[in-house]
Amino acid sequence: MEKRAAFSDLRLAGALIAPQLLLVFVFFYWPAAQAVYWAFTTQPPFGGSNEWVGFQNFEQIFTDRVYWNSVGVSFLFAGLSTALSVGMALLFALFVDRRLTGYRVHRFIYFWPYAVAAPAVGLAFRFIFAPEAGFVSAVNQWVPGLWNPALDGKDALALIVLANSWKMVAYNFIFFLAALQSIPRPLIEAAAMDGAGVLRRARDIQFPLLAPTFFFLLVINVTESFVDSFGIVDITTGGGPARATDLMVYKIYSDGFKGLDYSMAAAQSIVLMGVVIVLTFIQFRYVERRVHYS
Amino acid sequence: MKNAIIAAVAAAALLGSSGAEAQQRIKFEYWYGLTGQLGEILEQHCKRFNDAQQKFEAVCVGQGGYDKAEQNTIAAYRSKQHPTVVQIYDAGTVNFMLSGAIYPANQFAKDFSIDIDWSNYFPGIANYYATSKGEMWSFPYNSSTALLYWNKDAWAKIGKTKAPETIEEWFDDLRKMKAAGVECGFGFDYDTWMPLEQFSAIHNLPIATKANGYGGLDAELVFNKTKFADYMKDWKKLLDEGVARIQTAQVGKTIVQSFTDGTCASVLSSVANHGVVGSTAKPGLNWGVAMLPVYKDFKRHNSLVGGASLWVMQGKSRQEYEGAAALMKFLSTPEEALWYSTANAYIPVTKTGFDFMNKNGFYQDPKHAGRELAITSLTFTPPTENSRGIRLGNFTQIRAEIRSELEAAFTGKKDMQVALDEAAARSNQILRRFEQTFKGKTLP
Repeated sequence: MEKRAAFSDLRLAGALIAPQLLLVFVFFYWPAAQAVYWAFTTQPPFGGSNEWVGFQNFEQIFTDRVYWNSVGVSFLFAGLSTALSVGMALLFALFVDRRLTGYRVHRFIYFWPYAVAAPAVGLAFRFIFAPEAGFVSAVNQWVPGLWNPALDGKDALALIVLANSWKMVAYNFIFFLAALQSIPRPLIEAAAMDGAGVLRRARDIQFPLLAPTFFFLLVINVTESFVDSFGIVDITTGGGPARATDLMVYKIYSDGFKGLDYSMAAAQSIVLMGVVIVLTFIQFRYVERRVHYS
Repeated sequence: MKNAIIAAVAAAALLGSSGAEAQQRIKFEYWYGLTGQLGEILEQHCKRFNDAQQKFEAVCVGQGGYDKAEQNTIAAYRSKQHPTVVQIYDAGTVNFMLSGAIYPANQFAKDFSIDIDWSNYFPGIANYYATSKGEMWSFPYNSSTALLYWNKDAWAKIGKTKAPETIEEWFDDLRKMKAAGVECGFGFDYDTWMPLEQFSAIHNLPIATKANGYGGLDAELVFNKTKFADYMKDWKKLLDEGVARIQTAQVGKTIVQSFTDGTCASVLSSVANHGVVGSTAKPGLNWGVAMLPVYKDFKRHNSLVGGASLWVMQGKSRQEYEGAAALMKFLSTPEEALWYSTANAYIPVTKTGFDFMNKNGFYQDPKHAGRELAITSLTFTPPTENSRGIRLGNFTQIRAEIRSELEAAFTGKKDMQVALDEAAARSNQILRRFEQTFKGKTLP
């Protein structure tokens, strides 16, 4: 039986959670409500006379080819960078868990990238991957024109996927490692004594037991790539070339802050919020069913 | 998220002003957008004003970019924490004119008895910031125009000692230089300021109907049907022939860097970079500037001013306005014009400033050689409807649309004409949207 502690005095409980509720209200519900209002009006930059326009902003978004392009790019970006960062993190965690040479150092430094601010990551990747002056420009010495994110949209997308994954690998790694280390050693040892190899043990024992962590990271990574990729895009590619990296969240920024069209940006953020909610719902509804906790 | 940012900006502004109340002098806030070396020079200029003052003190706060200065001012205005004076770039002019949040410069000068002879400003500069009736609503500050930067050594390889005057001659030179072994004749990026805006002005071509938007918010873009389209097709040809090259920060070097290290023999850039090129050019680089080349069938007209002007905002105290007035008086003296243009490469905005600099031998100094061409270019003819300026709503976004389509065309994903047609169509949508947002308002 689970034992629950409960407050007998609801007023005390209320007082204790009030500050947190207030924060959530001020920084989430209120702006979100404001955004909904703006999305159905036209809002001049300096404020003042909002005019009600119904669904016009949404109609304009959904009939815009460029917007659909940015939706496509966002999904591609989320899929690729989640696959890459979760996959790599799992691999690293397995290596460290197996105590391969240098694991103490690796365990320590793998987490660092997550502590680096996104714009700094972007700047570093921009310099390293600059096609003429960067470190990676060496590939262009061997095969001229192979790598040029400034001209080739696919290269640019690859660049932001790499940068985002590099940052997220660190975060995912910590969770995978913690999960791996909480798997009781006797299970692994017993399997080893039965003659199961490394891969077999990973597939039959470790992966199933990692499922809850895997699911958690899936949700986090997909959400992050949709809403938190702005800094990297802004510094490395600026949404270009020719909108090849114009993620939904970046388009919100450029329409709202650069274009000063707050209403259109608000409508887009409502759509983005909807996408994230739906994706999370799908993941909980269909993926979580296959996850066994404990 | 937006409101969180607005709140943060407001909080920052609050902290900034409360920390500065200890002293006696009357303070007012002055926000600016220039960054890097140019930002430091502006900060020094601000200090010069404060040192010359007993009564007022300008609290100068850099906003980290022209666009940020505009965004932050708008956010601050919405939460009533805005500065008294703000530096806003050319493209933000329309927004501020329609905002209802500003104190028009001509009215401000009258109310606070600043003695300004408005006709003393170079017409090319004054018209850009003036209303359709010719009233100036902001004070021109840092001003520039575009020039051709050319590498004399590269041109020497084809036996020429003079910069090209026509576009045909320039392209011809570039092709000859390629044959003579110059790796990159011309470096360009996707900035529309040189190829679209300046090009259209000096060729007296419209970018939009209704006198480039001065005549009303219902203007429509027409650049895809003018000689500009041919110009871009010619650039694409140069690119395909390997004569020209795209140089952006993402490629690894900006156009200016590709010029100063000797890679690209010519670039089009602002005169504001004259000082930067001078101080960062690799040793021995033999370079010069010239006016932008013109197609030979066209008569050259004046070029456009670029840069920023100073706006006075509504809703401040009388004392703060007096401080702002003192600042405007200070900045408009010829001595300050000389100081400012010496510290960086911006041009003087008034005729008196220019004459004063001439008299002091500024343009005879070999370090400043060629900077007078900016004035020549800017005053080449009296401004026409097409060379007066651009008054289009949300022009920042229009620039971005054109830029994206140019990227698609130059990287070979689209035909140039198709791309330009698409850019014009999308930009027109932006204008209609702007018109709707400002329904019932007319351009002053």
